[in-house]
Amino acid sequence: MRRPGWVPRGGGGLPLTVSPDPDTPRGTAAEVVFDHVTKVYPGRQQPAVDDLSLTIPPGEICVLIGPSGGGKTTALKMVNRLITITEGDILIDGRGVRGLDLAELRRGIGYVIQQVGLFPHMTVADNIATVPRLLGWDKARIANRVGELLELVGLDPTADRKRYPAQLSGGQRQRVGLARALAADPPLMLMDEPFGAIDPITRERLQDEFLRLQREIGKTVIFVTHDIDEAVKMGDRVAILREGGKLAQYDTPDAILARPADDFVARFVGADRGLKRLTLSRIGDLELPPAPAAHDDELTARLTTSLRDALSIMLADGRSQLVAVDDDGNAVGLVTLDRIRAAVSPEAAAEEEGART
Amino acid sequence: MIASLAAVVIPKFGQDSCARANKTFCWDWFRQHWGSTFEPRLVEHIKLTAIAVGIGFVIAFSAALLAHRQRWFETPFSVVSGLLYTIPSLALFEILVPITGLTVTTAEVALVSYTLLILFRNTLTGLRGVRDEVLVAARGMGLTGRQVLWRVELPLAMPAIFAGLRIATVTIISLTTVAAFVVDQGLGAPILNAINVDFKTEFIAAGLLAVALALVADLVLVVTQRVSTPWARRAAG
Repeated sequence: MRRPGWVPRGGGGLPLTVSPDPDTPRGTAAEVVFDHVTKVYPGRQQPAVDDLSLTIPPGEICVLIGPSGGGKTTALKMVNRLITITEGDILIDGRGVRGLDLAELRRGIGYVIQQVGLFPHMTVADNIATVPRLLGWDKARIANRVGELLELVGLDPTADRKRYPAQLSGGQRQRVGLARALAADPPLMLMDEPFGAIDPITRERLQDEFLRLQREIGKTVIFVTHDIDEAVKMGDRVAILREGGKLAQYDTPDAILARPADDFVARFVGADRGLKRLTLSRIGDLELPPAPAAHDDELTARLTTSLRDALSIMLADGRSQLVAVDDDGNAVGLVTLDRIRAAVSPEAAAEEEGART
Repeated sequence: MIASLAAVVIPKFGQDSCARANKTFCWDWFRQHWGSTFEPRLVEHIKLTAIAVGIGFVIAFSAALLAHRQRWFETPFSVVSGLLYTIPSLALFEILVPITGLTVTTAEVALVSYTLLILFRNTLTGLRGVRDEVLVAARGMGLTGRQVLWRVELPLAMPAIFAGLRIATVTIISLTTVAAFVVDQGLGAPILNAINVDFKTEFIAAGLLAVALALVADLVLVVTQRVSTPWARRAAG
């Protein structure tokens, strides 16, 4: 469970951020282990989270999803102890959060919430500088970091610095919230429905930007949502919680959509889970038979087209095949209805898995 | 009190013809008596007000912080300060004089008691008005309880606290004139002097000075607030 590079230190903080270590590369991610975690709220019989155990490998986005009452936000808030753990423990790089100093623990974890919670009386720069100031960074280092982060999240490092939250749009506020959470370069990010209150178009942009950003920074992220499409899109792994805070299934989005563990999961992911799976692959991911030499009257689609869109293109035109083309329009291969069906049918998936191992 | 009233029944006319003719307001008479009467009375008035609002603020602010953490404390303090607020000022002086005598202390005790309700209510409202998500974010980032209070809650409560200070200050400037019944200080003294006299200049001048003082004090507080809470202004704009 402990990574080989981990060395216990005195003081009990998260070493990476609390006392920056020159030997540790920046942007390192933490492993998070839920170890038989249970939460029972005072005066309740039923646990909100019931014996939850799962391991999140470093650098992955783990999405917690489930119906209301599934305990997903409770599970998230137990990581930074905004909610106290009743039983069990959560280990960050092998160290139980229950034994850590509260302020130190939280300063080492990036925290993003739906309503953002920017400080209205502070400028954008001061908001972002919150945790670095608590950690006692010097002014020059803070100023540099603020500029770097504004650029990272797509804001103007000079003009936006001195603005107040009330002067920003919803999307800009969430970007500042993200920059603030990333400020001290924490190895773990907790994101509680971060894009839930944002209009659909901006939400999609923020999702795409965050995924792009994540490829650069490689944080471990625990991400709560109630939107299955968002879970499928954002998650390297998805944990589905059912009422009563029990873990129903924990796997990759593709595996969950292909093989729901039970009726609850199947109902939760929806009858269109086959179509949702199609969004996970692009036609460039398929092994395609060569396209016919003459394809002038065939439909075409680029390699980056999702299988779902490819299917839609065929159906809309009443065809059963299309030609995959590269960015220059050269035919690369032939996509047929059968090929798409094979890509998502459980048997085919099992065969693929069998071939891989 | 009776003795001090008797000594001033005959106004100090001086050589002023305006005063002898007893016009409504004698500018020259006012100017002649600025240094001997009005200026020292104005300074006394400012001191009485500042001490009352200062002490009142310290008490009310501490009580509001306590009530913010310990909810049960809100009701008893509200009831007591509310009762004090309803007692007519003259009656309160009457109650206090046998205990603390005809002293500045008596005046200040009464004046302070009138600031408590307003300052307590406004401070507490300001602290409670901070949005939940802001507090959750603050705690989630690892601010300690004290840091949340001083860096987040109090700065965000400033507009409400200032609003309370403005009301309290203007109220106390007005009430301090009544304190002249207890101590021969403040702008109430010349008003009391002139109240049974036909010559009205002293009465009008002192009254106008009290009004002007209230307006200036209010303006100073507004400007201070705007400078210290630039975010509140930009939010509105």
